[in-house]
Amino acid sequence: MTTHAVAHHDDHHDDKPHGFLHRWVFSTNHKDIGTLYLVFSFIMVCVGAAFSGVIRTELMKPGLQFVQPYFFNEMTTMHGLVMIFGAIMPSFVGLANWMIPMMIGAPDMALPRMNNWSFWILPFAFFLLLSTLFIPGGAPAGGWTMYPPLSIQGGDSVALMVFAIHLMGISSIMGSINIIATILNMRAPGMDLLKMPVFVWSWLITAFLLIAVMPVLAGAVTMLLTDRYFGTSFFNAAGGGDPVMYQHIFWFFGHPEVYIMILPGFGIISEIIPTFSRKPLFGYQAMVYALASIAFLSFIVWGHHMFTVGMPLGGELYFMYATMLIAIPTGVKVFNWVSTMWGGSLTFETPMLWAISFVVLFTIGGFSGVMLALVPADFQYQDTYFVVAHFHYVLVTGALFAIIAAIYYWWPKWTGRMYNETWAKFHFWWTMVFVNVLFFPQHFLGLAGMPRRIPDYNVAFADWNFVSTIGAYGMYLTPFMFFFILWHSKRHGAPAAARAWEGAHGLEWTVPSPAPFHTFATPPVIRDEDLAHGDISH
Amino acid sequence: MSSQAQGAYYVPHGTHWPILGSFGLFFTVGGAALWMNEFEPGKYLMVLGVACLLSMLFGWFRTVIGESLGGLYTKQVDTSFRMGMMWFIFSEVMFFGAFFGALFYTRMFSVPWLGGEGDGALTNFFLWKDFAAAWPTNGPAQVGGVFQTMPAWGVPLLNTLILLSSGVTITIAHHALRAGNRKHLLIWLGATVVLGALFLNFQAHEYIEAYTKLNLTLDTGIYGSTFFMLTGFHGMHVTLGAIMLSVIWFRCLKGHFTKDHHFAFEAVAWYWHFVDVVWLGLFIFVYVL
Amino acid sequence: MRSKLGLGLVLTAVAGAAHALAEPWQLNMAPGVTQTSREVYALHMYGFYVCVAIGVIVFGAMIVAMFKFRKSKGAVAATWSHNTVAETIWTVVPILILVSLAWPATSVMVKMAYTEKSDMTVKITGYQWKWGYDYINVGDKPYHVRFISRLDTRSDKTRELRSGLDPWAVKDKDYGGTERNTYLLDVDHPLVLPTDTKIRFVVTGDDVIHAWWVPQLGWKQDAIPGIINDDWTEIHDPGIYRGQCAELCGQDHGFMPIVVKAVPKAEFTKWLDEQEALATKANAPAAPAAAPAAPQAP
Ligand code: HEA
Ligand code: HEA
Ligand code: CUA
Ligand SMILES: [Cu+2]
Repeated sequence: MTTHAVAHHDDHHDDKPHGFLHRWVFSTNHKDIGTLYLVFSFIMVCVGAAFSGVIRTELMKPGLQFVQPYFFNEMTTMHGLVMIFGAIMPSFVGLANWMIPMMIGAPDMALPRMNNWSFWILPFAFFLLLSTLFIPGGAPAGGWTMYPPLSIQGGDSVALMVFAIHLMGISSIMGSINIIATILNMRAPGMDLLKMPVFVWSWLITAFLLIAVMPVLAGAVTMLLTDRYFGTSFFNAAGGGDPVMYQHIFWFFGHPEVYIMILPGFGIISEIIPTFSRKPLFGYQAMVYALASIAFLSFIVWGHHMFTVGMPLGGELYFMYATMLIAIPTGVKVFNWVSTMWGGSLTFETPMLWAISFVVLFTIGGFSGVMLALVPADFQYQDTYFVVAHFHYVLVTGALFAIIAAIYYWWPKWTGRMYNETWAKFHFWWTMVFVNVLFFPQHFLGLAGMPRRIPDYNVAFADWNFVSTIGAYGMYLTPFMFFFILWHSKRHGAPAAARAWEGAHGLEWTVPSPAPFHTFATPPVIRDEDLAHGDISH
Repeated sequence: MSSQAQGAYYVPHGTHWPILGSFGLFFTVGGAALWMNEFEPGKYLMVLGVACLLSMLFGWFRTVIGESLGGLYTKQVDTSFRMGMMWFIFSEVMFFGAFFGALFYTRMFSVPWLGGEGDGALTNFFLWKDFAAAWPTNGPAQVGGVFQTMPAWGVPLLNTLILLSSGVTITIAHHALRAGNRKHLLIWLGATVVLGALFLNFQAHEYIEAYTKLNLTLDTGIYGSTFFMLTGFHGMHVTLGAIMLSVIWFRCLKGHFTKDHHFAFEAVAWYWHFVDVVWLGLFIFVYVL
Repeated sequence: MRSKLGLGLVLTAVAGAAHALAEPWQLNMAPGVTQTSREVYALHMYGFYVCVAIGVIVFGAMIVAMFKFRKSKGAVAATWSHNTVAETIWTVVPILILVSLAWPATSVMVKMAYTEKSDMTVKITGYQWKWGYDYINVGDKPYHVRFISRLDTRSDKTRELRSGLDPWAVKDKDYGGTERNTYLLDVDHPLVLPTDTKIRFVVTGDDVIHAWWVPQLGWKQDAIPGIINDDWTEIHDPGIYRGQCAELCGQDHGFMPIVVKAVPKAEFTKWLDEQEALATKANAPAAPAAAPAAPQAP
């Protein structure tokens, strides 16, 4: 194959390899690999949603109607793991694969073969994880946080879960290395760091976070493995260890992880809002610094997940103050988005609708976050549905909305076809209604005292749980809508212009739609007016 | 930092090595999981997986080496590789960080607390009355029974010297490569491999002694856990490094690498130094202090 | 911050008397029955109103923008993308707001952390899936009263998968005598505590991590195997206060409720001495930590 590559890599650039194997399994093309990631995460989102369906259905009424408590815990655990590691993270990596090379004028990712491997580990990792549903003893049921000693009471699933997470870690680390190398080494001449699109910036920082914390998670679960199978005492006080130590190590990963799931979203929103405001992003540099400081802070606040484990007062105070600080840079971003809209010339195509709703609903999630950061109040909120509401607002109406917005925004570039605006808007409004019916009442449940991770509850919680479940059922229609809209567009959509959106800036809009199989085989000449942030003087 | 691309960046068209590697990983961990869950045959699957992984490494690197010798790699490609290796090593650092973190946390917090210091007064009073904090320890319940620790100034010190000198020898080898002195290159690189092997051999003896004479095992409470996990993972990395070094040695023998174009050599050298530094941390925090 | 607490207490009043149980359609946290819980509630409400206020400003601005700067209304895009004054304001003001939140939070935390000078000590142990209670001492007098507290049988039968029994039928008389639904919130032996007494709890777990939580008391504490955490509470109003285990602890995590029965001091001492008599008569195995006098927290 070496010689083949040598011989052919210059001429006939645009013929895609033929046959499933060569096109998809052996692919080294950032666009095809990006597509693989997105398809994979779409499937995973549906799997994770199915699990949540079991959860919501059981919680619809008091009393156990459908599943045994242990199976319910399996569903909760798998839902969390699948959604975080299988849905949100891979879809962001998919977007990075598709867009970063096109946004910085690179021919492909820096290490195309490793790029292929990063993706092709994932299906195996999730095969391992999901296979636990079918083994005796069942799937992991200790929550996605896998706290020992509970998590290592689990049967044979422990080893499979741990190894699955190792594989996901390897995949994320390789993917991130690739992204960093691409951004730092593959930019077309003239694409200075401070001219890069904010999405690229957000991924540069996210990739750094990933490389820094995924190995720590690997270490934490490895200790679980040895405690479970090889008699070590890391998390066993009798042997001089400490169950709380696991929580420190896990959350040292876990908190940066939650920003890993939102920073690329911030990037996406920072691309979409200027486009449909027809006005340059407000405070580009401030946005970049905000991203950086959020990333920095994310390393020093993990203790806010552990306020009730009995840390010394000093520790609790420190983690409270540090956590609250994050509101400042995040606030800067929110305010900058609003100011970008202010004085613009707004139109409300579908991506913009998702972006605006992101700003509003993510901020609501952020607010509950700040409330959670107040330690005495957290003593009441912790492990209740108030927390569940918080993180679904930041994860679903935050991360997931950003992903959906990005797909609608760049779809014309990917496929060269527009989608049916009316249906897309319907998809948006439908989701908008039901996602809030689903998650807003969970604030009330939490405040009224309903703990999370329980399959059954007192009748006082019945009404809001019923409402929440109705919301969930509404949400379950959205993947079908989304799929249909995209499928229809691919088949019958109107052709898209190179610059699919009037106000769109950036290199990706200078190449034809659909983007040719290979873009920028030779670096483009950068003209600042093509860029969204070409002129950073203002 | 923006790179001036001289000539097109080489983008390979298709590769079948990664998918082989994925199957390899899958069989390896799948087999391991079966094995751990008392299903003996799992180990054969594991062997198959490792075989897949090895053949992937072999094939993948052969392809890359071929392309490299074929002159496909511009300066820019080289930079990508360098960044890749650096960030990979950074991720390794963080992995060890988790275990060092566990060591520090237990030594600085959990053990003293169990012993009743500071915040631990009640824990000690109600649950572990007759436990006094100390290090090394296997905890209030004496998990794993009475044990002795490995004296720092014997074999471990020797191993430290061995690794440090191996760091020197590989640097000499690098200079020889730069100077184009292939003979010295082979000698000093060979020496590095030998030192690595020596280190592993001593560590193996150390483990045997710990298990047979000192009753220091993986089950020896938190001390045994941290001791064996840290030194164990380090040992694995030395093994890996030594293997990579030998591969590089054979490549040198075959006349690969030029004065100014020898990334693979440097990558392995970096890795070796990293392993070296980790050991210093181990020697200080696990053995001496 | 006094004023803030004042505000909080007013809100407490507005929110109405504390209920021992959640109400159907309940929207907000219960102010609870201890000084701490009320301060926590005040803090919660203050945080909430801060967020509402900021929300009104931010979302308000967005809504205005969306109507004022529509292309369809012929709006032409400005080109500015900077405003140092504005940027300084929205960096500094939030900082001040956060300080005003952190301040009361800190003072409440300091109070909650002060477990010394307690009048009695109770040891709480979480088991899969029940709670164990040891009365360690009252004043200097050691006690050996120890019992296990489990989900009541009616709830336990009803919660079986497809039991066919009606959760709404599980009712019980509350302290005031009013009938209330206690499905999954009732136990065989409630934890009896005196009112107007500073009670220190030492909390631990036996097998996995649990968390002891009675919303009305205003705090929860993880019950961690091999570790002791301590907290304190001082209940004002007699009553029956119900809570649940608040840390995933396995299949029956949802089915290990907590019931605290707060009675006037005299009544409590009487009850406890009876129990002590029984305990010593049956010379039950002395409670693990039957110390002469429990130590004061360091
Ligand atoms: C995308 C993921 C994401 C994001 C972005 C966040 C953002 C934040 N989170 Fe959240 N969080 C999670 C995901 C996330 N979280 C998850 C998954 C959990 C549960 C894990 C588990 O236990 O399973 C969790 C749990 C969690 C807890 C622990 C709760 C508990 O278990 O007891 C806490 C406590 O402090 C917290 C705080 C915060 C804070 C302060 C922010 C801040 O970053 C928010 C900042 C944003 C704003 C504040 C809004 C915009 C700002 C302004 C408009 C400026 C002005 C505002 C003010 C001055 C207030 N989060
Ligand atoms: C981003 C992650 C994510 C997402 C999307 C969701 C989505 C949902 N979650 Fe979940 N959830 C978690 C992360 C997430 N959750 C985590 C981490 C926990 C904690 C687990 C634990 O306690 O251990 C949790 C826990 C959790 C609970 C608490 C369980 C318990 O405590 O026992 C509940 C209960 O209602 C719930 C419900 C739901 C529902 C109804 C949805 C619905 O929104 C599902 C409907 C959504 C869809 C149908 C997807 C639509 C998307 C598209 C159409 C676009 C997709 C395209 C691409 C991705 C390319 N979730
Ligand atoms: Cu005990 Cu949850
Ligand atoms: Cu967090």
